[in-house]
Parts: sequence; structure tokens; C-alpha cells
Amino acid sequence: MNSTQSLISELVSQHGKKRTSLLPILQGVVEQEKFLTEFSMIEIAKALDLPASDVYGTASFYSFLEHKKMGQFIIRVCKTITCDMKGKNQILLAIQDMLKINIGETTPDGKFSLLQTNCLGWCHKAPAMLINDEVFTEVTPEKVREIIGTYMKRND
Amino acid sequence: MADYKMHIMVCGGSGCRASESDKLTQNLDTALQKNGLEEDVQVVTTGCFGFCEKGPVVKILPDNTFYTQVTPEDAEKIVEEHIIKGRQIKHLLYEDPNAKELIPDSKHMDFYKKQVRLALRNCGFINPENIDEYIARDGYAAIGKCLSEMTPEAVIEEIKESGLRGRGGGGFPTGLKWDITRKSEADQKYVVCNADEGDPGAFMDRSILEGDPHTIIEAMAICGYCIGADKGLVYIRAEYPLAIERLKIALDQAREYGLLGEDILGTGFNFDIELKYGAGAFVCGEETALIHSMEGLRGEPTFKPPFPSVSGYNEKPTNVNNVETFANIPVIINKGAGFFSQIGTGSSKGTKVFALAGKINNVGLIEVPMGTTLREVIFDIGGGIKDGKKFKAVQTGGPSGGCLTEAHLDTPIDFDNLIKVGSMMGSGGMIVMDEDDCMVAVAKFYLEFTLDESCGKCSPCRVGNKRLYEILDKITQGKGTKEDLDKLRLLGNVVKDTSLCGLGQTSPNPILSTLDNFYDEYLAHVEDSKCVAGQCKALMQYKIIPDACSGCTLCFRNCPVGAISGERKSPHFIDQSICIKCGVCYEKCKFDAIEIV
Ligand SMILES: Cc1cc2nc3c(=O)[nH]c(=O)nc-3n(C[C@H](O)[C@H](O)[C@H](O)COP(=O)(O)O)c2cc1C
Ligand code: SF4
Ligand code: FES
Repeated sequence: MNSTQSLISELVSQHGKKRTSLLPILQGVVEQEKFLTEFSMIEIAKALDLPASDVYGTASFYSFLEHKKMGQFIIRVCKTITCDMKGKNQILLAIQDMLKINIGETTPDGKFSLLQTNCLGWCHKAPAMLINDEVFTEVTPEKVREIIGTYMKRND
Repeated sequence: MADYKMHIMVCGGSGCRASESDKLTQNLDTALQKNGLEEDVQVVTTGCFGFCEKGPVVKILPDNTFYTQVTPEDAEKIVEEHIIKGRQIKHLLYEDPNAKELIPDSKHMDFYKKQVRLALRNCGFINPENIDEYIARDGYAAIGKCLSEMTPEAVIEEIKESGLRGRGGGGFPTGLKWDITRKSEADQKYVVCNADEGDPGAFMDRSILEGDPHTIIEAMAICGYCIGADKGLVYIRAEYPLAIERLKIALDQAREYGLLGEDILGTGFNFDIELKYGAGAFVCGEETALIHSMEGLRGEPTFKPPFPSVSGYNEKPTNVNNVETFANIPVIINKGAGFFSQIGTGSSKGTKVFALAGKINNVGLIEVPMGTTLREVIFDIGGGIKDGKKFKAVQTGGPSGGCLTEAHLDTPIDFDNLIKVGSMMGSGGMIVMDEDDCMVAVAKFYLEFTLDESCGKCSPCRVGNKRLYEILDKITQGKGTKEDLDKLRLLGNVVKDTSLCGLGQTSPNPILSTLDNFYDEYLAHVEDSKCVAGQCKALMQYKIIPDACSGCTLCFRNCPVGAISGERKSPHFIDQSICIKCGVCYEKCKFDAIEIV
């Protein structure tokens, strides 16, 4: 068994071999591996006795269950109305400039991916963004450079 | 709260935590210890005070002094000056933006004067990670009362009499929903709390879960008792990490105290709660989609009926309520239906929590009696428009709602009045816009949101909204025609009438309401190629006013594309064919010599 297979069998024994466990299992894999591969989705399908197409169909519905290769740190900048009013474009420019990637891309070293997302519920502290599941609010171009700088130094 | 003489309440809501309220708490503790006061004064980390704009916020009890924008470095001063010498620290007091005077305590702040806090009663008063503080403020008294003194029917009757309607957007009478679920016969039933809040501008539910998680647990257990369910599920957005953490802590504490689990309070009633996490899909807030998502399926809505109360999670009767709806339940049980129903208007009882955001001075959470006017909310509580600009519109109800204008400011807010004027209560987000916001662009924003979030199951919503978006885009590019405005209206109404779920049935509202209320602005776009607010880039130009230009060359040096030319000390000129409309010159000019036309 490779590490993905053992992760999946662990998740299946934790949540149970039933349809309602599909989402928690997908979420568990994404938490560990950042995105779903064809391999992991087929393994989940086998473990739950579901058609692989069904697993893919479900996973691809949810924007937080990435099924494209993602970096270790996924940056999601809120693009909804209040964040836009409060200057999210400058934030995006600052990130793109720093990491030299566009929206939807991953840095060559596989460390960062840059995405946009809809309202994160931090409109009173706009602009807001997420890095994995950590929230950053009232970000400015300076702040965002500092934040990403500290993530760059992390080697976990 | 034990024998302490004074309490320093520090806001631990996510907004204030982001501005180092953690560090402030530590410093306060250290300063108290240094002065040997740790037995007399307690530092309490509370849920959100609602005054997020000026965070971190600190309130001192019993005198109610309210300090804003407190930094960790202020800790020592607070202890030495205020706590020991009893002197208020002037520069930390809140200044009323209208009257320009310092406000000595929270009771005198307009922000709090007009508010009535039922759902938010504990937010900002208790440490949400400590069940004893919740209990000290009548927490778990309501479930005790229900289990020991009331039959499920009597509890449902009380809720019905209170007039409580669902706060998740639909406004369905809560007591009636419980009654229907109670009467649906099955071997297993479920209580579901909908915490998938995702409307742009909404953060009420997050704040309640972060500030007072036990309320939700207690209310769900009461609901379980009423409808005959022993299992509860909270469906919460994964994007709310602090709310999830607090809820988990609260669940563990409740189990430890025997308030969840088997044989609650020795009455033989069993109830427990499980958390389910969303995965970034707004439509999962719709109750049937939410149920499918919990079942491990794609989060697509299905046709109602059957309603979840009859056939929901795993095809069993399921009672779905919103977070804020639940937060009102213990108040109704403890204080009685009469207390609750005397607040509010004829058809909408109680209070409503609103999240204020956008171009308003006091952003944050407020709770007001139903029937309060928009003017009171925006100007008295919200402190008016930022930077002295002019109020233009307020968007309520998120992507299902509409933009209201000056003319609606005196409308009392309740479920029915908002629908009458072409908007919706929605879940309670309010985004305030000023003269710089273009209403066509605002409508386009909401449509873009809908496009992203439409599940694609039915074609009016999947295709119709896309066409609506394209027309709006054309208008903001200056390529629209007057016929396009009629098309928007026609197609908008078709999408409303023919979509399967609430998302598509309401998604054209932002367009229809702006067409109604700001028709002139649409006309200016299509007839004169003009965007009055100066927001639609394709329709605006930056121009130098020759008389005002001193020829300082600052704009010339800053323009990234070299569109500006001119001699030193003589007026400059912008070449429109090169200008990319980035606005740098406009921001840099010290002589106000650049205008937007
Ligand atoms: C597109 C869409 C999104 C919704 N999102 C939410 C939501 O985030 N939270 C919520 O409580 N209700 C939401 N609702 C309403 C729910 O379907 C449901 O009516 C509500 O949870 C019932 O609870 P209540 O009676 O306490 O309001 C949404 C409805 C639609 C159509
Ligand atoms: S109206 Fe839109 S969101 Fe609702 S079911 Fe149809 S496509 Fe899906
Ligand atoms: S609009 Fe960005 S967090 Fe709400």
C-alpha cells in the first residue's frame, strides 16, 4: 500500500463505508494532499463500492475539492463586491508580482497556487484572503508581501 | 462570574483577533499580575462586540467604559490608569463621528442605543470557550425548563405564539415548521443547523457561532425534543475555522456536563450533534442541496415538495433552521412568547441581526427590532457614509436581494416591506454604496457571483443568467442599446419564473431593482456612453484641467505607459489612445488638476 492508499483506508475506517462518508473522505484526502488525483479518486471509489465517475462527479462539484495539481499553500483571494471595493485588485497584483504566477497557476517549486474565491464572510474586514485554512483580513499590498514572505520561509 | 471586582472584556472575535487582541489579553494579564491585581480583576475574552471597524475593542465592567483600537502596548496604561487610579484614558475612547465628542461609555453610543440584542445577547459578554459563563447567563435553563416542565407540544405552541420566522432568508414560521416535522412519522428524524452562510456581505452566523456556540447547541436540543429527534447535524462552511473550533470545544463541554448525549438531565432524552463541513459551494445553503451534500452527493437542489420536514436527510423527516433562528429559541423559552412578540412589526416579530459592510463608518454586526428604518440603521447606528460622501444605495439580501435608494430610507425593515420595495431580507447582509459606485457594475457583480455559484442543474438559471451577464457586460463596455434594457427586464422575469430553486428564482433581483431605481444610470450608459460614478473604465477618461495644472511633472513621471506629455511648468496633456485608465495620475496629482469625465 502506498501512502495515499493507507490514508484512504484510515479515513474509511474512521468515517465508515457508506455514501455519507464520501465528502468527509474527500475532504480528508484534500487536507493531507491538497488535491485529488485520478488515482486517489479511483481508490476511494473502490473502497466505497461506488462508480469512479460518481466520485469524480461529486468531487468536481465543490470548489474546495481541487482535482488539479495544487501547491502546498493555496492562496484564495476573495473577489466579491466589498473586497473588490476595498482594493482586492492591488492585492492580486502584489501576489502575482511576487510569485510570478497568474490566477489559476502554481509556482514551479510547487509551493504556492493562486486562486480567487467568492465572499468569505469577512466583508467588514475587506479585503480578505485564505491561505489553506488560515484567514487574513484587511490585507494591503505591503501586508500581503510580508505574509507570503513568512510562508516562503516555512519548510513543513 | 466569581468574586472579581472588575472585568476587562477583550473582544476575541475573528476581526479583533486579526488585530492582535490575543497579545493584548496576555499583556493585560501580565500587567495585572505585576500590580498584584489578578485576584480582583479578571480579563475575559469574549465573542464579537459588533464594533469591528474600530477593533480591537475593550470594555471595562462595571462602568461600561468602551475603548477602541486598543493595541497590546496600551495594556499597561489601562491597568495603571483606569483600573488602579480610576481615570479614563482619553485617546482610547470612542469619538462620535457626527457630534465629534468623546463617548465615556457604551450606553451612550448611538451604535448601541438603538439596538436590542436577543440573538447576540451573549456575544461580547461571555467567553465562548467556557460553558460556565454561558450557564451563568441563563444558559441551558431553557432546555431544562422544556424537559422538566413542558411537553413538546407546549414548546411548539410557545414558538408559534412568539411569531418567530426563519432568519435564513425565507421567513417561514418556525413553530409551524417544527409542528410539521413533529407530525411526520418516522423511526428516525434529524435536526439540522444551516451554517453555510455564503451571501456576499453576510457574517452574522459566523459571529454567533464564534461568540455564543452553546446557544445553538441548546436550541438544537430543544428542537430535537420537540420534533422527536435524537440526532443533530451542523452544516458549516469550511472557511470558518474559528467558528468550527469554538463549536467543537462547546460540544465537548456540553457532553461533559451531561447536556448532550444519553439521558440528558436525567430525563431520558437523548440528543447529540455532529459537524459536517461544506466544501465551497454557495448553493449548498439551500436546504435540499445542503441535505444532498450531507448525504455525500453533489450539492444540487431538488424540487420541493417533498419538504425536508417530511423527507430530508436519508429520506427521514429533517428540520432545517438557520443559526440565527436557533439563537432566538432559548430567549423565547426563558422570557416567554409574549416578551418576544411585543418586539417588531405586525408580521415580523423580534429582532434581526444585520451585517454592515461597504462605505459606512461603523462596519460590523448590529441587532435591531424589526421595523427599525434603514435610515436609523445606516445613519444612527452605522454612523453614516464614509469620508463624508453621499449615500447612494444599500444592497440587502445578497444575490437574491436588491438595491434600495434614498427614497426607501424611511421604510421600516421587515420581511414583507422589503419585498414590497423590490428587495429581500435575505440573511441580513447590508452593503452600503456611495456616489462612486456604479449601479450597473454592482448588478454585474451579483450576476457574476450567481454564475459562479449556479449548480447548472436547470437551464433558466444556467443559461439565462449567463445571457443576463453578457448584456450587462456589454452595457458597462459602452456597447449597449436601449433595447438591451428591455431584454434585461424580460429575460430577468423569465429566469425568476422558471428556475428550479431559490437561487435562480431570485438571481435577477439585483438587475431588476437597479433597473427600477436607477434607470437613468442605465440610460446614461447606453445613450450617452457615460458612467456617472466613473467606475466603468471603458466609459471614462482622465483629463487634465489646464488651468489647475502647475506643470509639476509628477503625473508624467508616474504614468506607467507614457501617455502624459507636456513641458515643465506648463499644463500637461493625456493621450487617450495610450492611456490604460489605471488612475495613477489621478491619485498622485497634488493640485486636483485631473478630472474623470
Ligand atoms: C441559494 C440559496 C442559499 C441559501 N443559503 C442559506 C444559508 O447560507 N443559510 C441559511 O440559513 N439559509 C440559506 N438558505 C435558505 C434555506 O434554504 C432554508 O430556507 C433555511 O435554512 C431554513 O431555515 P430558517 O427557516 O430558520 O430560515 C438559502 C436558500 C437558497 C435558495
Ligand atoms: S436555479 Fe440554478 S442553482 Fe437552483 S437548481 Fe437551477 S441551476 Fe441549480
Ligand atoms: S466580499 Fe470579500 S469577504 Fe465578503
